[in-house]
Amino acid sequence: MSDRSKLTFWLLLAPLLIWLLTLIILPHVGMFLVSLREKVGVREYETGFANYAVFFNEPLYWNTFARTAYMSIAATLLTLLIGFPIAYYIAKLTRGRSKTTLFLMCLIPFWVSELVRTFGWMILLRETGVFSNLLQYVGLASGPVEMLYNDAAIMTGLVYTSMLFMVVPLVTTLDSLDDSLIEAGYDLGASGFAILREIVIPHAMPGIVSGCIVVFMLSLGNYLTPILLGGKDSLWFTGLIYSQFITRFNWELGSAFGFLLLGLSSLIVFVGLKLSRQSLGKTMAQ
Amino acid sequence: MSETPDLECRDISKSFDDFKAVNDVSFSVPQGTFFSILGPSGCGKTTLLRMIAGFQEPSSGDLLIKGKSVLDVPPNKRPVSMVFQHLALFPMMNIGANVGFGLRQRGVNKTDITKQVERVLERVGLGGVAERPVSSLSGGQKQRVAIARCMVLEPDVLLLDEPLGALDLKLREHMKIELKQLQSEFNTTFVYITHDQSEALVMSDQIAVMNQGVFEQVGTAKELYYEPDTAFVAGFVGEANRFTAKVKGSAGGSVEMVTSDGQTLHGLDARRSLSVGDSVDIFVRPEAVRLSRNQADVAAMGNTGQGKVANILFNGANSQLILRDQTTGAELNVALPQTGEFRDLARDDVIHFGWEQQQTRVYLADGEQTDV
Amino acid sequence: MNTKLILSTVAAMTLSSVAAQADTLRLLTWGGYAPEDVIAKFEAETGHTVEVTKSNNEEMIAKLRATNGGGFDLAQPSQDRIAGPQAEFGIYKPLDMSKIDTSLFIPSMLEATKGNTTVDGEVYAVPHVWGTSGLVVNTAQAGDVKDYTDLCNDSVAGKVSYRLKRPTLIGFAYSMGLDPFAAYGDEAAYKDILDQVEAKLVECKSNVKTYWDGGDELKNLLRSGEVVASMAWDTGGWQLNDDNADITFVAPESGALGWIDTFALPARGRSDDVAYAWINFVMQPEVAAMITSAAGNFTASQGGDANVDDALKAKYQASFPQEAIDNIKWYPSVPAGLEALEGAALDRINAAN
Repeated sequence: MSDRSKLTFWLLLAPLLIWLLTLIILPHVGMFLVSLREKVGVREYETGFANYAVFFNEPLYWNTFARTAYMSIAATLLTLLIGFPIAYYIAKLTRGRSKTTLFLMCLIPFWVSELVRTFGWMILLRETGVFSNLLQYVGLASGPVEMLYNDAAIMTGLVYTSMLFMVVPLVTTLDSLDDSLIEAGYDLGASGFAILREIVIPHAMPGIVSGCIVVFMLSLGNYLTPILLGGKDSLWFTGLIYSQFITRFNWELGSAFGFLLLGLSSLIVFVGLKLSRQSLGKTMAQ
Repeated sequence: MSETPDLECRDISKSFDDFKAVNDVSFSVPQGTFFSILGPSGCGKTTLLRMIAGFQEPSSGDLLIKGKSVLDVPPNKRPVSMVFQHLALFPMMNIGANVGFGLRQRGVNKTDITKQVERVLERVGLGGVAERPVSSLSGGQKQRVAIARCMVLEPDVLLLDEPLGALDLKLREHMKIELKQLQSEFNTTFVYITHDQSEALVMSDQIAVMNQGVFEQVGTAKELYYEPDTAFVAGFVGEANRFTAKVKGSAGGSVEMVTSDGQTLHGLDARRSLSVGDSVDIFVRPEAVRLSRNQADVAAMGNTGQGKVANILFNGANSQLILRDQTTGAELNVALPQTGEFRDLARDDVIHFGWEQQQTRVYLADGEQTDV
Repeated sequence: MNTKLILSTVAAMTLSSVAAQADTLRLLTWGGYAPEDVIAKFEAETGHTVEVTKSNNEEMIAKLRATNGGGFDLAQPSQDRIAGPQAEFGIYKPLDMSKIDTSLFIPSMLEATKGNTTVDGEVYAVPHVWGTSGLVVNTAQAGDVKDYTDLCNDSVAGKVSYRLKRPTLIGFAYSMGLDPFAAYGDEAAYKDILDQVEAKLVECKSNVKTYWDGGDELKNLLRSGEVVASMAWDTGGWQLNDDNADITFVAPESGALGWIDTFALPARGRSDDVAYAWINFVMQPEVAAMITSAAGNFTASQGGDANVDDALKAKYQASFPQEAIDNIKWYPSVPAGLEALEGAALDRINAAN
């Protein structure tokens, strides 16, 4: 490499390096140092892993994490289950204008903020809300029905919020699936299910995996949806981190929780990749 | 069972909105025939093939395989298999799994599948590759795997959708011969669609020339070449000089015509359907034209003239001359005989030419076509 | 060398932005405490500009802690939340009382606030707006709710709300006959009280529709009738009373909880003089009345209630007969570290099923 192209290489790399260093690495190093500070008294700190120990010793905290992880996995699978037919329809059964229109329709909810979207669901689900009134009007319910403030409401909100992030990678991979492969499958005597299992899903696997990773991470890191839709049963790990930082002024524990979230969620993604026999590199390459 | 054709189409049609892609096509293909459907792109041949495979439903008409209507049979149950234009090998499976795919769907047990797959791969000359990924194959090998994948199911009819289109020229020439050999080896009925006349002419037992949704002519390669029924077939199959002219006189099956350039040509009116004043299309094959440095050699032919060499298109055995008629200025393509006689021919040389009356194919022009 | 360059650039940018904001008051406050008309009047009279950031107690402390007391020139935390965070994080600076016109304040309130916010002999805050929290009740449907523990009655099952924050713990403790404020100095005793309250709130959880988080959320719940009784601020109840005469603020039998929001100077504020000017400006009786009508709460301004409209006064008197006023429990300053205990209790209540 000549000196000149070396210079170009480093100049092009510089924004990425600066971004990584100042916005990702430095804050994390700072957070990590904070998480190692044990508070022993007013303005008195020692270095140690006591904050991490708190997480494992207090069932409340790891139960909350387990619940958050389990709900996020459920939301991811549900999003995949609903998103896959949608993506398949958009990618394979529509052409031209209607394809663009459908794709845009998936995008539209994201033109408003997450807060507004969540409030929308509250208006629909609440006791005096649209669904409750509709059920009473049709005669399916005798009195007001409360559909808000439970796990199902959280799940609905999470799936709704995540749908786009599942549909986009799926549409992209399914778009690249040659129609003639599906026809060849039929021609060779396969049933629709066999084609889905042997041809469509293996082809879409990178899209499925990247969609699942994004949706899982988004659900795990979601804060507004569980708080607003879950009401009194809204326990969510990010909410716990928020309250440590903001209402308890306990940055040390909050930072430790933050790192535990990072580590444990990475572990879950890693296990998921192993189970689906995919690699991160393969997923990103598509 | 030779009386029952493997495949029979009866008045089959397919309409899209107000466009008729296939219009009342009827034909039958006897067992073991290599049947080609030849036509330009957009002629409806792909639609026809997809109807046979079951991917599209005919608007009207009936489709029989081994004498039984298959209109209500979905594509995954039809006893036909298809080799796709881009082969459609499954990239997510290895070669063995690709070939064994159809057997797996039938619920054949694993050991039998492995055996049958290996046998069919050997038949196409690819023994021992079952464990390799599809991407490790060359274009021609992929072709053979695609055929093996269909043949292992022993279909009544194998459909091929321009499978040679993606190959380079040299390989394509080679595969033509190989396909024909495979077909006779398996003794399976092949229905092959293509827009490439040389593919059709070389491989086929029967060729249907298709244009604008209808079959213009069905016949052997020779019939199509020497006795085209319609102006379209004459123009599409093989090369030809094309003239438009008006009938000036007609006597005893022989017609005299004048081209728009003022050249007078003579031909045969085989059907005796032409009358004076009709507009006609005239086709003359380049190899039907005889060249000579002596006027006497060609004088006895029905059509004669003197031309100046405008260009020599040298292509070995397929070399051509472009002559400009001395009197009218009309251009004429002539095959250059490779006997050595004309090796020293150069541009601007003047030479005599002529062809027999019966080599002039005459057809009523499109606009005035009557039922012939 | 590169880091040096970056650092000096950052420093230069920081300095220039500070210089440009010399005459700007960056105010960290609650919604309603700095209404548009008051800001306009202040800007017209002094030539300074005011930038308002709306927040709440916890966020104010968190924001100031994140910047070591920078980013704002004047903050308005509650008087009980100053001494503890100051001792812990040092996010405020002492007030120069000579720059404040103390004659504008109600003397008893000023003295009480000064007393609660004195750390190491320095005064850190003066009072601004005060009010109480208690119960907001739809009297037609939940007439029997007279105290915090009544929220756990079967008659209002599923139609109750409160915040999952420390006022709820304190209110329930009083309602259960305990005295949490007296136990502030004794961690073991306070822990004992918290355990009892936690048990009660876990038991009561099935009665709760949802824990509310913001004022608008609560108003929606009450207005729609989905919730008929809730813990809330007095002003919230009075505002709802305008829409529905059945809904009003009720001072609980065990006593409403009294709070005072203050003025405090962030440790690294840059425009102290403008901050003092703002304090002296808004404590004038006529300006104080403007704030009362916007926020709904009364101020510590001497004579500030004179100009307040009669409707608000009437609601205030209906909710607070004399004995209820005498019974108000004013928050004493929260000792440092106590909030960690409360936090753990609140987390467990939140996690309970």
